[in-house]
Amino acid sequence: MPDRTDLRRLARRVREGDLPAVARAISFVVDDRPGSEDLAKELYLGSSAVHKVGLAGPPGSGKSTLTGRLISYWRGLGLKVGVLAVDPSSPVSGGAFLGDRLRIQDHSGDPGVFIRSLATRGRVGGLTPTIFGAIHVLEAAGFQKIIIETVGVGQDEVEIAHAADTVLYVVTPGLGDEIQALKAGIMEIGDIFVVNKADLQGKDKAVADLRRALAIGAEASPDGDWSAPVLATSALTGEGIEALGEAIERHKAHLDSSGQRGRRLKDQLRAEVSLYLARRISRSVEERLTESHLAALVDRKTDPVTLGHELLAGRGGA
Amino acid sequence: MVDASPYRILIAKPGLDGHDRGAKVIVRALRDAGFEVIYTGIRQTPEMIARAAVQEDVDAVGLSLLSGAHMTLFPRVVSLLKKEGLDDVLIFGGGIIPENDYEPLRKKGVDRVFGPGTSLQSIVDYLKEVLPRKKS
Repeated sequence: MPDRTDLRRLARRVREGDLPAVARAISFVVDDRPGSEDLAKELYLGSSAVHKVGLAGPPGSGKSTLTGRLISYWRGLGLKVGVLAVDPSSPVSGGAFLGDRLRIQDHSGDPGVFIRSLATRGRVGGLTPTIFGAIHVLEAAGFQKIIIETVGVGQDEVEIAHAADTVLYVVTPGLGDEIQALKAGIMEIGDIFVVNKADLQGKDKAVADLRRALAIGAEASPDGDWSAPVLATSALTGEGIEALGEAIERHKAHLDSSGQRGRRLKDQLRAEVSLYLARRISRSVEERLTESHLAALVDRKTDPVTLGHELLAGRGGA
Repeated sequence: MVDASPYRILIAKPGLDGHDRGAKVIVRALRDAGFEVIYTGIRQTPEMIARAAVQEDVDAVGLSLLSGAHMTLFPRVVSLLKKEGLDDVLIFGGGIIPENDYEPLRKKGVDRVFGPGTSLQSIVDYLKEVLPRKKS
């Protein structure tokens, strides 16, 4: 275990925006290494929340290329941008191919940009369990925009709403009509809809389909006064990126003026604490699960619910 | 059971050759062996590779090169990584590299070079053997 002085030094370097230190600190928290909790505490206190933009949408819709464009847009405004790009881990080998970095237009050499690939490590829903820790490292390091790119699993990718303030849902022309758009799930949590690859045929129909679907029953939506815009972009040519950047700012202003920003932040923190509890509790309780417990279950001398209760209560000394 | 934190490996193609089938085969094999693999894509400068290695905080960097520029580009990546403070990162290489160059490259910090015909398993075995030693 690294000693406290080392961790404090690492935390200080993170706060100075030192990129190797940021990278190392993220490893600490996502790997849950010894000392990582002390580091996380130190980084969280004394920093403040940053506007987080999430990109969701099916694989191949161009989220990574779009991320590259957004980086350029914000760099043009003089903002420091941190990116967390999540790709799936194999449930079989535990390995992962993290391919987003390859597509994000090259910003190598720009000290105002930091890109980190993360694997889901066994979690479904498009994010990794320790994404919050990584976000807090970027906040402490002084990044002014944080982009979170999800796995791209599609309809069920709603977890991003618990991590991002503004969720972009990215589709391409030809992905389906308004019936797809009416399905529950990701369509409900998109704050801005992006029809990317607008250089392809069918852009106008895709935009119209989405607008129509979003209009159906929109007055009953909990967001009330925010009606999610549908924008066409081409990450390839850069078309529509400025309009997208402006729409993101409008949404941020809406969050601030409507008081939703604070509500969303609380939702995010609730999700973070609850993930932490789930991890810690299941780990400590599972440690008490012994072979003899399992044998008792096999022999039907007890049942999983009773045993579970006993383990939770700290008993179960079978 | 999924390992909580797998080793992270950057596979990179420095220089101008655009042939990356070999690199992609390695990426796939390492993923299937339980590593988290980041691939830079083709035509990367040593500076770009070093920065990616820093930001991704990888445990190893694998360099693939078929153009013949390995004696220049590989050591350059090594020295840039050192400059960034990544002295504990394992660097290995592969591609069309004459055997006579293996030892000079090793002296310059490229721990191992895998030539054509190397079995994927031997690369996986090598990483699984060397990385835990480096980390502990």
